[in-house]
Amino acid sequence: MKYILGISAFYHDSAAALIRDGEIISAAQEERFTRKKHDSSYPFNAIEFVLNHSKLTLADVSSIVFYEKPFLKFERLLETYVAFAPKGFKSFSRAMPIWLKEKLFQKKLLFDYLKKHDQNFNDEKKILFSEHHLSHAASAFYPSPFKEAIVLTADGVGEWATTTVAIGKDNKLDIKKELHFPHSLGLLYSAFTYYTGFKVNSGEYKLMGLAPYGKPKYVDIILKYLIDLKDDGTFMLNQEYFDYSTGLTMTNKKFDDLFGAKPRKPNLDKISQFHMDIASSIQNVTEQIMLKLVRSLRKEYGISNLCLAGGVALNCVANGKILDEKIYENIWVQPAAGDAGGALGAALAYWHIDLNNKRQNIKEDNMMGSYLGNEFSQNEIQKIFDDIGADYKIYNDEDLISKTATDLSNGKAVGWFQGRMEFGPRALGNRSILADPRSSEMQKNLNIKIKYRESFRPFAPSVLKEDLVSWFEMNIDSPYMLFVANIKKEKILQLSEDEKKKFGLDLLNIKKSIIPAVTHVDYSARIQTVTEKLNKKYFLLLKKFKEITNCPVLVNTSFNIRGEPIVSSPEDAYRCFMGTELDILVVGNCYIEKINQDTNLINNYKNEFELD
Amino acid sequence: MSFIKEFFKFLIIRKKYWLIPILIFLLIFGGFLVVTQGTAVAPFIYTIF
Repeated sequence: MKYILGISAFYHDSAAALIRDGEIISAAQEERFTRKKHDSSYPFNAIEFVLNHSKLTLADVSSIVFYEKPFLKFERLLETYVAFAPKGFKSFSRAMPIWLKEKLFQKKLLFDYLKKHDQNFNDEKKILFSEHHLSHAASAFYPSPFKEAIVLTADGVGEWATTTVAIGKDNKLDIKKELHFPHSLGLLYSAFTYYTGFKVNSGEYKLMGLAPYGKPKYVDIILKYLIDLKDDGTFMLNQEYFDYSTGLTMTNKKFDDLFGAKPRKPNLDKISQFHMDIASSIQNVTEQIMLKLVRSLRKEYGISNLCLAGGVALNCVANGKILDEKIYENIWVQPAAGDAGGALGAALAYWHIDLNNKRQNIKEDNMMGSYLGNEFSQNEIQKIFDDIGADYKIYNDEDLISKTATDLSNGKAVGWFQGRMEFGPRALGNRSILADPRSSEMQKNLNIKIKYRESFRPFAPSVLKEDLVSWFEMNIDSPYMLFVANIKKEKILQLSEDEKKKFGLDLLNIKKSIIPAVTHVDYSARIQTVTEKLNKKYFLLLKKFKEITNCPVLVNTSFNIRGEPIVSSPEDAYRCFMGTELDILVVGNCYIEKINQDTNLINNYKNEFELD
Repeated sequence: MSFIKEFFKFLIIRKKYWLIPILIFLLIFGGFLVVTQGTAVAPFIYTIF
């Protein structure tokens, strides 16, 4: 039996993943343990978790694969600085000391860190390096249910590549072509994330959520001045408008002049219609690029399956458009499409490509619903709550589900913590906040009273797979919440003349469908389909809720507050429960009501976390 | 030592020989900067840049 440990770290979203003879066993992001969002430090806790989960020490692991190649990255940095010199000296003088002191010697650095898990670990040869985009591609292809597929990866930048096309067949994965830095779709999107006042590398999904409030007024300007987009979807960015190659910001003065405004200062400037139009425009351009790319690849290679990974693959609106166009028969997106998933991809790439091992179980999705993280036994949960002093009741599964479904139908917001934690940025029903989507006030209430975040942010629905086609314009499995589709016309409510005239954030106050809490302003929703096979308890909860309300849909948002990593342990869950206006907390078979808790345990901690 | 071996192997495979003088320069001055951080020599080094 061969165990391979995959690691991603030192940029953002550190993570560890463990595979056994090619089978995915466990994976987790470091942020969940350190409670620091997008934590980029060495994933000590995540590695400890994956080892302990399989009762292993490092000696039992045959290879340790890091998700990218630091030498190649260094080469890119040096060549970029040389190409732009003397511009960029400030950035150069900041970057070089870190590289010369630490990053260039990453093998030694990793070796020293690994020794902290096991003093007896002394085999430096076990440490191997994959390429950043190969790791992404492997994370998308090997767990997919396809024997053969086109694999498209797109993100900010890895070593050199920013967009990669690979063909996967059986256990082979060949990279066919790449777009290189500084021409990057991820960095283009991030530039606009920065410009609209959100945090780069984490606020991109806010920009995506903001887009439907605006009009794509600036598409022509973007296509004329910022990007030279070809018919096959390849592109070049005009570096005169960007600062990220050599500077310390994403965009420059010329960029500001082009749009007639300076970047929004998050703490001073409010989000205006201008920012919504900008968001809408860059989202539109991103969709155009992705559609052109996947269309030309379909034509070129004649393969009907598509796999996606890399940060851009988390743009579920663009994914939904690709689906809508019916260019491919099947699409599979890696749920941990960002750098965290690189840990898993690095391990899978080594097992299949370097060791030339056959793929197991090609016909099925092998991500196990992305439920690859830590879990707690009922005894452990009770002990934790006893130690905290929480007041809880214990119910068997049937009563627990019935009680929770009734609470949800009565408008209560529920913290739902079950089984293994999800790997990737989405909560998929094991570390989730759940609510009734039929309530017109729910979106505002959840945003303001529970998540403490901007009121424009949409919420996603979980729906029973068997009811999907009756409620949404979609007919595929979407267990990872990575596709957006519209609500069925029959569920949409007619707008009054007054309501039709509204625009911008005023659209929030309109009841748009019979499930308004999960209907975005453009009638779209980021859908999670739920099946008994992947998540039985959550499936039964949805079933019960449907039995009570005739609605097979629930609001499912990540169990955290703004800027906080998703809860990992029952302690985190209880803390979040007591720091917000959540009504009910369900952890394992423990049922906790807010009104029965000791008020001394209330802990308002929302200011501990920065806005994205 | 293994780092130098690996890095030169990398440069040979990538055929990026022109990076060698830049790297040597960086390692010497970078190393010097790291060693002299906080000493009386530091201001002299900074003026070179």
